[in-house]
Amino acid sequence: MSAVSQDTAVNTGRITRAFIYLLLLLFALFYLLPLYVMVVNSLKPLSEVTGGNMMALPQTWTLEAWKSAWSTAQIGVSPTGLEPYFLNSILMVVPAVALSTVIGALNGYVLTKWRFRFDTIVFGLMLFSCFIPFQIVLIPMAMVLGKLGLAGTVPGLVLVHVVYGIGFTTLYYRNYYATFPTELVRAAQIDGAGFFRIFWRILLPISGPITVVSVIWQFTNIWNDFLFGVSFGGTSQPMTAALNNLVQSSTGVKEYNVHFAGAIIAALPTLFVYIVAGRYFVRGLMAGSVKG
Amino acid sequence: MASSAEADFRTRIQDWLPKIVLAPSFAVTLLFVYGFILFTVFLSFTGSKMLPNYTLVGWENYSKLWALENWHIAIVNIGIFASLYIVICTVLGLMLAIFLDQKIRGEGVLRPIYLYPMALSFIVTGTAWKWFLDPGIGLEHVMHLWGWESFSFTWIKDNNMAIYTIVLAAVWQTSGFVMAMFLAGLRGIDNEILKAAQIDGASSFQLYRRIVIPMLRPAFLSSFVILSHLAIKSYDLVIALTGGGPGRATEMPATFMYSYTFTRNQMGIGAASAVIMLMTIAAIMVPYLYAELKEKQ
Repeated sequence: MSAVSQDTAVNTGRITRAFIYLLLLLFALFYLLPLYVMVVNSLKPLSEVTGGNMMALPQTWTLEAWKSAWSTAQIGVSPTGLEPYFLNSILMVVPAVALSTVIGALNGYVLTKWRFRFDTIVFGLMLFSCFIPFQIVLIPMAMVLGKLGLAGTVPGLVLVHVVYGIGFTTLYYRNYYATFPTELVRAAQIDGAGFFRIFWRILLPISGPITVVSVIWQFTNIWNDFLFGVSFGGTSQPMTAALNNLVQSSTGVKEYNVHFAGAIIAALPTLFVYIVAGRYFVRGLMAGSVKG
Repeated sequence: MASSAEADFRTRIQDWLPKIVLAPSFAVTLLFVYGFILFTVFLSFTGSKMLPNYTLVGWENYSKLWALENWHIAIVNIGIFASLYIVICTVLGLMLAIFLDQKIRGEGVLRPIYLYPMALSFIVTGTAWKWFLDPGIGLEHVMHLWGWESFSFTWIKDNNMAIYTIVLAAVWQTSGFVMAMFLAGLRGIDNEILKAAQIDGASSFQLYRRIVIPMLRPAFLSSFVILSHLAIKSYDLVIALTGGGPGRATEMPATFMYSYTFTRNQMGIGAASAVIMLMTIAAIMVPYLYAELKEKQ
């Protein structure tokens, strides 16, 4: 994140400034508090969580809760830990992100450089699909996945995420390619370059930044999705559904420390992406929302 | 002749190629989005229970839906949740953005801290807040240990207050994002206008109230659209934080739809509730997207 701060015309007094700093710091604490609670308590033995103070640092530091969350905790009916579900999520996210991004790039290219009649309507229909409440497609999707034999499988989840992801990726690439001069494409066309050649040689080389945005957006969304995972995951549930199972299980002792460790494990991939590429993450959020 | 016919064929392919490339996505959207919407609308007029059933029953599901106590709870809850969530996020986001815009030292550290919750899944957020708000081990317990024996914070267990814990966790997750949108808007305002107003003797407060905030109208509009859309769709957070409970106290349209369709075997009613959710979102999104697309042309 770049810290470019512009000159503001507003002059503020000393006391006002102290107040502003105080408030900003208090809110920083508010945002950090749950993360602190999760990390600290995931490193304690259970007795210290239930008998001790949630805000206190561990007296005995231990990775037991992490080990348990990863490999032995009871998820649903079997004590497998989160590991297999983490793998499900990876197996789901990688192809879904790759496919939806490639398709989005090609769509954006067609919609900006090879315009045709009614292309705005086509785009409008695809754009609206980003914003539907997915409850409206749950029932028919479940039926179609059942018919295709993909219910409860990772490929089924990949299909769902690609289908409902291409609206956003198309939007990103369309808005990005719209700023690229169409004259260059026409000139290449006159020189005899074909559709794919122009894409490969002219558009693709400049697509780096938007591809990062699109990949991060899709990765975060698909990794964090719960509704599709829990509805269509079956025996191949993703991480979010497994974490929910772990936390909500009503049998036995509530192992809070294991829950916290599991939550952090579920959050790590997206947090990691946010830390290394926060700027692009923010850009994606903005592009996907502020301007259509 | 043959070669010219071949060349002709090649140009024709080139002409069609863009449409051929776009066609699968468009077909998929038509089928999986619009076809599915129509199908769900159709189901909402059928007597489907556990499995789809194609006998039409007219408006029966809708009249049953609006007579259900659970749906009433869900509607009241989404009203409370959406309005508080939107207002608090907007006010908080605007305030933080204005404060961060005062040449704050350490802005580069603060901004990512405000925004990181947006990278988390609602399930993670829900888990963290669920135990933090749990009276037995969370905040209340901590206050007791710190010597504030009479401190009581049992909202998450309280039928009347549980909905506010969902507001709290949702605000925690998205207010930083609203802040980022307003900050981008603030950074886009021409400083000359502000300087001119100040020379004319406007106080900082007047400056913001009369000039800056009105200029942020687009950011207000986008954040309203995004927040209302997130609010209506909210499913994960409710499931993770309260599971719709205690009792049915935090039932929302999204949780209602899921339980009626998949666990209570009332698919017709579930479909009807999904249709109402779609209509509500469409009423907000369609004019917005239409205006955006129109503006671009």
